[in-house]
Formats: sequence, structure tokens, C-alpha cells
Amino acid sequence: MSTLTTESPAAQLDPRIIRERREQRLRYILPLAAITFALGVWEFLVWYNDVPHYLIPAPSLIAKTLVTDGASLMQSAMFTVKLTLMALALAIVGGVVLGMLFALSRPIEMSLFPFAVILQVTPVVAIAPLILIYVSNTFAALLICAWIVAFFPILSNTAIGLRSADHNLRDMFRLYQATPWQRLRYLLIPTALPYFMAALKIAGGLALIGAVVAEFVAGTAGQNTGLASRILESSFRNEIPRMFAALFLVSVLGVSIFLSTAWLSRAVLGHWHESEIKREG
Amino acid sequence: MTPIPAPEGDTPLIDMRNVDKRFGNGTVAVRDMSLTIRQGEFVSFLGPSGCGKSTALKMISGLLSVSAGTITVNGHRPGESTTGSDIGFVFQEATLMPWATVFENVNLPLKLQGVSKAEARTRVEEALSMVGLANFAKSYPRELSGGMKMRVSIARAMVTKPKLLLMDEPFAALDEMSRTKLNDEVLSLWKSLGLTVIFVTHSVFESVYLSSRVTVMAARPGRVVHDIALSGRYPRNAAYRMSPEYAESCRSVSTALEGTMDHVDLNH
Repeated sequence: MSTLTTESPAAQLDPRIIRERREQRLRYILPLAAITFALGVWEFLVWYNDVPHYLIPAPSLIAKTLVTDGASLMQSAMFTVKLTLMALALAIVGGVVLGMLFALSRPIEMSLFPFAVILQVTPVVAIAPLILIYVSNTFAALLICAWIVAFFPILSNTAIGLRSADHNLRDMFRLYQATPWQRLRYLLIPTALPYFMAALKIAGGLALIGAVVAEFVAGTAGQNTGLASRILESSFRNEIPRMFAALFLVSVLGVSIFLSTAWLSRAVLGHWHESEIKREG
Repeated sequence: MTPIPAPEGDTPLIDMRNVDKRFGNGTVAVRDMSLTIRQGEFVSFLGPSGCGKSTALKMISGLLSVSAGTITVNGHRPGESTTGSDIGFVFQEATLMPWATVFENVNLPLKLQGVSKAEARTRVEEALSMVGLANFAKSYPRELSGGMKMRVSIARAMVTKPKLLLMDEPFAALDEMSRTKLNDEVLSLWKSLGLTVIFVTHSVFESVYLSSRVTVMAARPGRVVHDIALSGRYPRNAAYRMSPEYAESCRSVSTALEGTMDHVDLNH
């Protein structure tokens, strides 16, 4: 070993770190490359076989439509975003509050759980028409539909999570005469957090599905409507590229929701919970 | 067999009189247990599984109620508001909160008792250096070995400066090396802080090495069958393990323990 080596950035020379960095880059590059490749094949096949755009439009045409119809599509996207996020927020509030009640009291759980299950297992498409009849405000009706779909996983996971505290830790809290509030704050909530995060990842996707399905059933037309209405409308008018463009926006929305909930979960649990800890290999 | 000893020290810290514990399903976990433990003693509860040694410990801590009889700890009933901080409890597993750092775990009893942050900090740091983990305050439990986790658990029990330390088979899951080391650490804590320790174990060697007195219990129903004072002098160390005194104590405690097995149904 030469003593001449000055404060060289040894970390950069470490082969393990180099490998890790390469892996990190690949994590982004590979999915992007795969998608680009698939789009290329799609574009090529459409062009090569001369497929008419009212059957399958080429990706380039969809992109063009996204620009030309941008204003109306973005307005609809904003509507769907608003609907989805509000449904998710209400699902979180309702699910957490009810989940806490369930965890506090078995009788409450036993009486209310059947209703939650019935709401969950009945397909939202089947209930939506009724809700649309009973609730005069369309936005409120759509919100209820999306909420029903997103709410159940949060409720059930919160209730299970709050009950999952280690029994020795419970004893510890009893030994030091913790107040109910301290027990909730320092023991039950941290224990329930991983369960809640898992539910949030599911509920985020479900809220979007609920919002889109409900709007399909409502079949609303006009200015203040969401992406589902754009898809329906395009289908009636046979504007297939526009339909794909709206569909693309729905997917982008779903992916963003998934990525943000996954990011949030890692940010909250990353330092301690097995599900989010990166193993050194 | 040595009969019931006249323990050293004068103040009786724990007084158990005719204590029964029956569980809802009809199991008699402890029957007619009477025991006086004086301040400064190191007592081991030794016995086969199901002899009620952990149950007795939990009744003394107030985590379980008695079905009959009385227990007083320092003149109070267990579970009374005054006893909480007087007792440190170390569970069979380290029982740490995985989401909290070592510091936060040790700080928990103080936080629950509303000790001011500044004072809590010094006391947690003290407790951590006592178990040799001063440099691990910011680590998370998953980053520690089994023995280190147990040390955190001991630091947490000691942070309220209790007079009485209850340990429920604390080192049963550890390897021999860590176990030996932790045994010595517990002994030095006991000596330097003037603690009273009740140590539940199913190891004859561990009980003889540590205690000034071994309470041998039998199962079905759980009860005390022997109460043996050990003559071995402190401080105890590797030399003590080699001494004839140690061998003699192990023999007599083993014999007492074997006596408890007489009625055990071997088909179980």
C-alpha cells in the first residue's frame, strides 16, 4: 500500500458501491427501456400492417391527440384526480376512525362488521345506480361510490393492526401505568402503521377504480366530468385515439398514486419495518 | 437439604402469604405460596415448566392479580400506583419497540411517567453506559445482537432506578457466552446498586451461580417445595464456578429439583 495516496474518494473505488450504483441506475433504465421498446413495436406493427386508426391508433397518434385535445382531457383528469383523492381521504378518515372503534370494542365490531362486509362484497357497479337515484348531487354520488370501494381495506387493516401489539410490550405499558392515550400513541399506533400502509397502497388504487367505475355507471356528460366520461363519449363518437389518450391518463394517474403511496410507506417505515428495509446482499 | 434459611438483611421487601393463582380455565398455576424476601437478596425461582415461577413473578409485579392470599411489596399491594417505578421487569424476550431507537426504548418508562426531557436524557445515558451500550443510543433494535438487545432491556428496567428487579428467564434464548457475560453484569448491578433481584430460571447452574437463595418449585399445581440458602461467597466469578462450594450447591439444588419431578407424568 502506498502512503502517497491522498484523501482519495475511497468510497467511489469500492466495487460494492459501484455495483450498487449500477443497480440503482438499472432500476430506472430497464423499465423505461422496456416500455419504449414496446411502444416502438406497437408503432411499427400499426404502420407495417396499415391498421386503421379507428381500430388501433399508433402511439404517435395518441400522443398527438393528447396535445390537440389537451385542454378538455386535462380538465377531465383534474376532475378524476379530485374525485379519487377526496374518496381516498374520506376512506382514510372513515376507515381509521371506525377501525379504532372496532379495536376498542368487540361488541361494536361484531355489530358493524357485517355492514362493512356487505358494502365491500357488493360490486360497486351494482349499487351505483341506486346511489345515483338517492343522491341528487352527482359529484357526491360518485364520491360515495369511490369511497365504498376504498374504505374497506383501511378499516380492516387498521382494526387488525391496532390489535397486533406484542403482549409483553402491553404488559410493559401496564407496569408503568401508561394512560390509555399513551398506550394508543406510543404502542398501538406504531404497531398498526405497517398494516395501515399496506392498506393505503391498496386503497389508493381502489379509489381510482371506484371513481372511474362510478362515472361509467353515471354516464354523465358535459363540461364538469371526469376521464371515464371522456372515454364513454369517445366510444360513442368512435374517436378511438381520444379514447386511448384518456385511458393513458387514467393509467398515469394510477401509477402516480401507486408510486406516491409506495414512497410514503418507505418514508414512514423504512428505518424499522421488515417490509421496507433494504437488505445488504 | 438446607431448610428455610434466615436471610441476611433486615427489611422484608416482599411478603407473600398463602397466595393462590387460578386461571379462568381451572388451571391452578400457584397454590399456597408463602415467601418472604428481604431487601438485598438475590433469589432464583427454579423449577420445571408449568411450576408457576413466571406466574409468581407476574403477581409480584402486579401484572397478574392473586386469586387468594396477599402479596405486599415494600408495604404496598402490587399494582398500586406507588409501586410502578419501584419495580424493573425484564421479560423472557428483549421486548423492544422495533420502531424506536435504543435511546427511545430505554426512555419509555420515563416518558410514560412524565419525567422532564432533560432529566430523562441524563438518566437514559446513565442506564445505557451501565450496560455498556452508550455508543448505541441511535441504533435500532434490529441492528443489535440478541445479547445487546437483552442489555437494552435491562437498561430500560433500570432507568427508573428501581429497588426491585424482576427477571423472567431473561437469558434463556442466548448462547452460552453471552449468557455467562450477562450473568456477571447482573451480579455487578445487583451489588453496586444494592438491588433486590428475583430471577426466574430453569437452569440449576445459573441459579447457583447468581443467587444467595434458590426457591425450588414443583408443577401441577405450582408450589414451593424447597427454599435453599446458598453459602457461596460473593463476588462470584470464574473461580467460584471451579470451587467445591459451587459443585456442592449445584448437587443439592439438583437433588431438590429432581425431587419435584417424582410425580411428573412422563407421557406428557
